[in-house]
Amino acid sequence: MAKLIKTQAIVEDAWQVLTLTEDQNADSVEVAEGQWIVPLSVYLAQTALQSRRDVAVWLAGDDEPADVAPYLAQLPLVAVHFPKFADGRGYSIATLLRTRHGHTGELRAIGDVLRDQFDYLTRCGFDALQPAEGRYSDAQLEDALRNVKDFSEPYQTSVTVQSPLFRRQRRVAA
Amino acid sequence: MYRYDDYDQQLVDERVKQYADQTRRYLAGELTEEEYLPLRLQNGLYVQKQAPMLRVAIPYGNLRSDQVRMFAHIARTYDKGYGHFSTRQNIQFNWPKIEDTPKILADLASVQMHAIQTSGNCIRNTTSDPFAGVAADELIDPRPWCELIRQWSTFHPEFAYLPRKFKMAVNGAKEDRAIIRCHDIGLEVRQNETGELGFRVFVGGGLGRTPMVGKEITDFIPWQHLLTYLEAILRVYNRFGRRDNKYKARIKILVQALGIDAFREQVEAEWVHLKDGPATLTQEEVDRVAACFVDPDYENLPAIDEGFIAKQAESVPFAKWVERNVRGHKRPGYASAVISLKKTGVPPGDITDAQLDLVADWADRYSFGEVRSTHEQNLVLADVKQSNLFALWEELRAHGLATPNFGLLTDMICCPGGDFCNLANAKSIPIAEAVQQRFDDLDYLHDIGELELNISGCMNACGHHHVGHIGILGVDKNGEEWYQITIGGRQGNEAGIGKVIGRSFAAADVPDVIEKLVATYIDNRHEGERFIDTVHRVGQDPFKARVYGEQQNERKVVNG
Repeated sequence: MAKLIKTQAIVEDAWQVLTLTEDQNADSVEVAEGQWIVPLSVYLAQTALQSRRDVAVWLAGDDEPADVAPYLAQLPLVAVHFPKFADGRGYSIATLLRTRHGHTGELRAIGDVLRDQFDYLTRCGFDALQPAEGRYSDAQLEDALRNVKDFSEPYQTSVTVQSPLFRRQRRVAA
Repeated sequence: MYRYDDYDQQLVDERVKQYADQTRRYLAGELTEEEYLPLRLQNGLYVQKQAPMLRVAIPYGNLRSDQVRMFAHIARTYDKGYGHFSTRQNIQFNWPKIEDTPKILADLASVQMHAIQTSGNCIRNTTSDPFAGVAADELIDPRPWCELIRQWSTFHPEFAYLPRKFKMAVNGAKEDRAIIRCHDIGLEVRQNETGELGFRVFVGGGLGRTPMVGKEITDFIPWQHLLTYLEAILRVYNRFGRRDNKYKARIKILVQALGIDAFREQVEAEWVHLKDGPATLTQEEVDRVAACFVDPDYENLPAIDEGFIAKQAESVPFAKWVERNVRGHKRPGYASAVISLKKTGVPPGDITDAQLDLVADWADRYSFGEVRSTHEQNLVLADVKQSNLFALWEELRAHGLATPNFGLLTDMICCPGGDFCNLANAKSIPIAEAVQQRFDDLDYLHDIGELELNISGCMNACGHHHVGHIGILGVDKNGEEWYQITIGGRQGNEAGIGKVIGRSFAAADVPDVIEKLVATYIDNRHEGERFIDTVHRVGQDPFKARVYGEQQNERKVVNG
């Protein structure tokens, strides 16, 4: 079973990620029994999925977060896919889901997710971080948990720290 | 100058620790080359042709003497005894060992410095007017705003993996000395009709492969909303900027594709949600930061120092240096002195450890312990008493730093080029030197007057060749180095991109070509007219005719 970091702890996880192959269509691909995280396009096309509690959604970098907004209350989790670790669109998508669309449930980063990004990902609202299976040993993941606290007092606003340093602390000119 | 408080210091110290661990894991093989790349880049570490290169941030070009001494220490201890000032006002060290970089960053942190976000696809060091705070034409001091942007952009979690690098510049004087129109975002601090302070914002400017002048996205955003407005622009760019092709990934391409009006609409639609939110700036915070930039303890002096005038009459070399390298000052009896890093035979922007130590000493003795770096790759002592200029000049001259060429043809901007840079198609430093040697007659140089020559070794345009009055671009043709010439580019309020004059030249021909361009100017100029103004008045044709007419004949002979 895949390991992921969820609210600062390492946990086992049974969700599987569905991706469409070239010859599959969003409206016809079959979603089997079991816990599946499906592309937003599949979820929107197949309304029957919307009543399943074992189906969640993942957004690609070019998906519009507002499109998933009507379903947030019923979705067990929302994932954002990072095709490459250098593709930073997911940071803005997460920020929008949390600050504009009111997503309070699990928000999971999947795909090419690296430990050195955990801090930024967490600050943008991801509470579940799922590196590719086998990417890190348990010891490395433990180590990475400590890295999430590398920086103690960020300057700017983000999902987790909603006011800037100058409003949180009384700073005196040095 | 801005001084770190405990929060600033803590962040920089934490970064040193984090980076040391990342580098340890990389050297131990736990991090792949590809994974380490963005981490080291966001810490200023490139891997270059000869060795790694570490780019240290100099926020908006402001330095204290202890920081300059630290550069000397780094150059001496970890490098080959010199550093190189870049066109982003930063300093680069060309020969550090990767293993040493955590120690270098720890040394930098001890003097409130870092290499954060000096490279990589993130918000880079904000640049500004090197004469900020002292220029007579200044309307509003840009430095506090630069510092507020520095803090906001440092480790911004949402904008650490942008489609491409992102550069901002701020200017607050009548004359733009920060090339704000050639930045991803350019900010002009200004007051509106009712005296309220705010920003005119340009977006989508930039050089490189597709040079563009930025478009005005707003003529006035009140100061309280600066950070939320920037955030809105960055979010639109992060989401919709192209990521399929690195050459089309800059914000200028997005702005061009959408058109400035549609882009503005998207930004405004985003900003509606951020405006008046917690990131809105407070008067208290602006005051706290601005308090770091109050005037030093100027003496009350007469406007003109008699001794200074007398020295100029006594010494022609001193008078020449004053004419070129000394600038007026908002305070009577003071001046700003430009330390030229453009001596012939020294790569433009290079400085030795010993010279760095001396600059720090002179800053302490003559300029309230402060130094500025400029995007033209020079240094500035901004607050020198006129009565001290002669003594300063004698010391500068004794150490090869008094070349009286500020703003002249030999004061060229030049990237490190093919001698150092992995990206370069051609060398640039030897071209700079060849041109400097050709124009070694100081009287002739002064007669030519203001002329900006910018040299880049490749399309990435680190040498800002597009905005040079004369630009030289190194290009690769079948594995050979050639040089393409542009004329008519300029920075400032009328910033514009130069036009290519025609086919490119071999390295050996470049000094001749420059000489012909200058001769054409001299033949055509009106009294007191600068090269750039002549080019814009008469157009390219006379220049082309002079350069290619004669050269074509030579070619026939060679080929015949």
